[in-house]
Amino acid sequence: MTKNRILVRILKDRIFLGFVLFFSLASIIPLFLIVFYIIKSGISAVNWQFLTHLPRPVGEAGGGISNAIVGTAILILISCLISVPLGIFAGIYLSENREGKLSYFTRLCVEILQGTPSIVIGIIAYLWIVVPMKTFSAFSGGVALGIMMLPLIVRTTEETLKLVPNTLKEASLALGVPYHQTILKVILPAGLSGILTGVLVSIARIAGETAPLLFTAFGSPFMNFNIFKPINALPLLIFNYATSPYSEWHTLAWGASFILVVFVLILNVIAKLVARKWKVQF
Amino acid sequence: MLKDKSGLLRVWGKFERSEFFFRKLLFFTALCMVILVVAIFLSLLLNSFPSLKKMGIGFVFGKTWDPVFNQFGALPFLIGTLLTSFLALLISIPFSLSISLFLGEYFTKGIFSSILKSAIELLAGIPSVIYGFWALFVLVPLVRTIQVKLGILPYGVGIFTASLVLAIMIIPYSAAIGREVIQLVPSDLKEAAFSLGATRFEVIRRIVLPYARSGIMAGILLALGRALGETMAVTMVIGNTNVIPRDIFSPANTMASVIANEFTEATGEIYLSALVEIGLLLFVVTTIINIIGRQIVKKMTIEV
Repeated sequence: MTKNRILVRILKDRIFLGFVLFFSLASIIPLFLIVFYIIKSGISAVNWQFLTHLPRPVGEAGGGISNAIVGTAILILISCLISVPLGIFAGIYLSENREGKLSYFTRLCVEILQGTPSIVIGIIAYLWIVVPMKTFSAFSGGVALGIMMLPLIVRTTEETLKLVPNTLKEASLALGVPYHQTILKVILPAGLSGILTGVLVSIARIAGETAPLLFTAFGSPFMNFNIFKPINALPLLIFNYATSPYSEWHTLAWGASFILVVFVLILNVIAKLVARKWKVQF
Repeated sequence: MLKDKSGLLRVWGKFERSEFFFRKLLFFTALCMVILVVAIFLSLLLNSFPSLKKMGIGFVFGKTWDPVFNQFGALPFLIGTLLTSFLALLISIPFSLSISLFLGEYFTKGIFSSILKSAIELLAGIPSVIYGFWALFVLVPLVRTIQVKLGILPYGVGIFTASLVLAIMIIPYSAAIGREVIQLVPSDLKEAAFSLGATRFEVIRRIVLPYARSGIMAGILLALGRALGETMAVTMVIGNTNVIPRDIFSPANTMASVIANEFTEATGEIYLSALVEIGLLLFVVTTIINIIGRQIVKKMTIEV
């Protein structure tokens, strides 16, 4: 009788383990499927011409996505210029002032910003920049992406700098080094790798953002270096081509997806290597 | 010793000035974050004013969305958003819970856990537009064949397909938080139960899950916040129909997808401001959900 009960309990345990294993492994299946599809349909589209040529009109064979690659690079550059300094300084403030009213509200706002849907950020960039300037532009897209990057940079900077021991700061201050030089030349370099990781991860996150670009960068079939004109970007191109009815464009979109995923993946791997190689530890 | 005392003073004064400037700069950037969020809220509110004035509270309950006649009722989108999000949550819960148990309890270290962890991170890193693209070409035909078998109109696109994609997309988020809170469960509690002869399943059911319950709920809540605001993948597979969905297979529109679809085409002040008002609603709802979820997680991490 007791033996039976124990067997039942053990059986339950095993069944539950089976469930956990099954569902855990099942959730990786979509990942494999997606990666498989991207590689299968994408890699055949990628060649030198694909990377260096402009898109062609429907019906003409060939054509590439060079303008989207350049556009994404420009957008990332603009958003980094905006959000990296701002985010790092705000992160320094938070790690220097752990208590206090402003720190509390800043932390709260960073959390809110992190949870804000990307489409709302797109509306904001539209209202703030596209409407006054009366044109869609790379600049407005960069601002939208910059706002999306901010929370992650602020948080990683704060978390990293909190790990830097106080003795380092005190030693520097005791030598008579002014506060700002202590922060910029002692604390910040000590936490540099962590901050760099944060920046890389946040770039990886915004590189594939589409929603904020729909009505800011807007997309364009031409090569464009003027940041006050509409510009194309990889995710925008994927969206526009994927929803089009032409199979040539679908192939281009698969190729662009492949490039985008590889780019995001490489950024993540570099971020991991940076974090591992120059680990912030004391 | 010092011949030129005034020179030293001058240098010191310079330092003091730049220090003052630096502190102000730090203060100002921190203030910037607050200003940014307040400004986002205010400009959404301000720009949705024309529609607020015209439609009033009827905006939320109005069933017709007809830009031609300036009729803007957001109820179809609210229902569409809620249906897709909750369906996605429902689908994702067994998966994300299993992953958090797998990583937080069964295999905390070792090759299995690092493989699964990297796979989940990769899943979280894939851009949403690629999810949408993949769903459009793989999930939609799949759902269509299911619909043919079930004998309903084979749209392929619709709420069910959107929920499937959303579920895949939000699994990593709730799984990550679930793993964290499950690892927070004190091991002496678990060891005590094991020493009384409890099986692993019993320890999980009676010790781990009750202890981590609020944290797991918070993870699900945060995933819900993401699902509500997710735009691209949903836009590509939901079918974009501005009517109240009849069942979970019918095409619909969510708040985010209607903005994505119609914002650039919106002619007329009220049309645009109605779309901005949807954005405002989305912002407020996700903000509330996020704050609640993060408070719970924070409370749990401080308690332990």
